[in-house]
Amino acid sequence: MAETSPAAPAAPRPGDRARAGGGGRRSLGWTAALPLLLFVGLAFGVPALALLAGAFTSEGAPSTANLTRSLQGAYLTALIGSVKLSALVAVVGAVLGTFLAQAVVTSPLRRLRDGVLTASGVLANFGGVPLAFAWIATLGNSGVLTTRLGLDAYGWSLYSFWGLALVYLYFSVPLMVLVVVPALDGLRPQWREAAQNNGATTWQFWRHVGIPVLTPALLGGVVLLFGGAFAAYATAAAMVGTVVPLVTLQIADALTGNVLIGYENVALALSFDMVVVAGLVMAIHLPLQRRSARWLR
Amino acid sequence: MNGAQVEFRGLRRAFGTTVALDGLDLTVAPGELIALLGPSGCGKTTALRCVAGFETPDAGAVLVGGEDITRVPANRRDAGMVFQSYSLFPNLNARDNVAFGMRVRKVPAAKRHARAAELLELVGLPSQGGRYPHQLSGGQQQRVALARALALEPSVLLLDEPLSALDAKVRVTLREEIRRLQLSLGITTIFVTHDQEEALSVADHVAVLKDGRLEQVGTPAEVYDRPATPFVAEFVGTMNHLPGRLDGDQVEVIGQRLPVHGEVPAGPDVDVLVRPETVLVTAAHDGDAEVVTASFRGASVRLRLRLADGTEVLADLPGHDATRLGPGGRAFLRLVRRPVLVAPRATAPAKVPAAGV
Ligand SMILES: Nc1ncnc2c1ncn2[C@@H]1O[C@H](COP(=O)(O)OP(=O)(O)OP(=O)(O)O)[C@@H](O)[C@H]1O
Ligand SMILES: [Mg+2]
Repeated sequence: MAETSPAAPAAPRPGDRARAGGGGRRSLGWTAALPLLLFVGLAFGVPALALLAGAFTSEGAPSTANLTRSLQGAYLTALIGSVKLSALVAVVGAVLGTFLAQAVVTSPLRRLRDGVLTASGVLANFGGVPLAFAWIATLGNSGVLTTRLGLDAYGWSLYSFWGLALVYLYFSVPLMVLVVVPALDGLRPQWREAAQNNGATTWQFWRHVGIPVLTPALLGGVVLLFGGAFAAYATAAAMVGTVVPLVTLQIADALTGNVLIGYENVALALSFDMVVVAGLVMAIHLPLQRRSARWLR
Repeated sequence: MNGAQVEFRGLRRAFGTTVALDGLDLTVAPGELIALLGPSGCGKTTALRCVAGFETPDAGAVLVGGEDITRVPANRRDAGMVFQSYSLFPNLNARDNVAFGMRVRKVPAAKRHARAAELLELVGLPSQGGRYPHQLSGGQQQRVALARALALEPSVLLLDEPLSALDAKVRVTLREEIRRLQLSLGITTIFVTHDQEEALSVADHVAVLKDGRLEQVGTPAEVYDRPATPFVAEFVGTMNHLPGRLDGDQVEVIGQRLPVHGEVPAGPDVDVLVRPETVLVTAAHDGDAEVVTASFRGASVRLRLRLADGTEVLADLPGHDATRLGPGGRAFLRLVRRPVLVAPRATAPAKVPAAGV
């Protein structure tokens, strides 16, 4: 939107002081962002460069050996495990979150809406060891519910891929609710009525209008959930140790030398793999996003 | 496309304790444009939504073409609706908005695009088909909404204040275009508005609603010239309230005796309702009325005059007649001799209750 602004390319006319003043302000405007830029440079740029340098250095010389190793054996399994888990959590979380949000938005109970939104705000930020402990105490091997309901007889184990997915969904669904509620609020009742007036059924309204209008927000939500699950570490570490292969756990192991020493640079290479995966996700997301939001521009 | 008769029969609808429709009875003849006029909250939108199927009456029935449609779901009714504003689907361009109903009905793409183009041409937007709603002005959006409402060739067209979000000039041109289109298609049209000028200028009949009931229905001229009740008189056009004294079937007001029309309240002291254009003003140095303000309105001038007893009177007169009547000038007043409506005297200086604008 901003790039088509007609004000930008206009050449300053002689004697047009207001415009010249505006131009002067604009050219200095970025200085206000200086603290932020500095912060990003220090907290993101420097580590990123260090990561790159380390990932491509082996025994003091430039090399791709770390990268090659990071894409083999247990490391590859962990990377794929992380991608699978994150994709599952992102898709299931987005679907559940969207339905929950729609139920809340259309409910006549104002209190329910406020309650769910507040709870989502809290739960979306629930993570790490406390979250792991809450689940272990509830559904772990000797958790309250596991013993009461005799879940282990059904082959239940929290310390598995599906158990971890369940725990990740616990904070991902609320996050999705927070993302889509504003979008659902933006769906005007007149659109639904106009669709009905044109003979559309409820399903046809959603297919031709509702879902297309929501798609940009839904896609954004999926990417957000994917990122959250992909980068999560503490919960998984506290819960499953190394039972479920995840790339973040492997990085931690390599860094702390739990398994072997001298693997710090493999950890950096694994981190680099994660950056590449995130980049790929964005590479798929951005064109989709642009396409789905075509009508906004 | 041919219009069907629409009939409201004892329509009642309450929201909690608010009664939106309180036994509305009204018949709209095939092919006519009727304006539903009334103050905010009198139930106009609710009545329209009962025809569209977005609202279910608690009692009574809506008949279209003689058939009771009260329980027919909205998406199977034969009525096109234009909403107050922003009802176009934002993700579809103008052409696809217009073609939406045909798409839902699985009309082949080529055919529905041709029809959409035809409709866009009809509403004066032949080259805007590719634009998205946010790229259209408010007036253009309402034109597209009109084309969309007409796309399935409904037998009834429902317009819920379609012009109220537009600026004055666009409003006037668009309402005239709606009228022209409606006449050429012969489609029965219910036009909700709270703008009395809009109602009077485009409608075949004007139905004035008050508190969910029909107050009067008639041609614009009938409603304006022979309002059935003081409420209608007050709501449609401007009215003076002059103190008068009943005397049989006549009333004495500012020194004149005029015949009374309509209901006669008890008690000799009444308010006489007089239109500003039926007040005749003659400039004179020894006149008993003093001009307080004069506002120029192009073709006419509206004077506010004060009588010796403090009563204020509004009078409209042709612009050139008023050149000698600036503020402070004096004049004689006379009323055109025609039957007048009278209302019970408002005790407070306030006017008749629920007096609208
Ligand atoms: N969905 C609803 N829930 C509760 N009350 C409602 C609802 N719809 C309408 N009402 C009430 O019913 C009454 C009539 O409403 P309606 O919208 O028909 O008025 P209107 O004549 O269209 O007014 P306006 O000129 O302001 O649009 C109002 O008092 C309104 O508050
Ligand atoms: Mg209304």
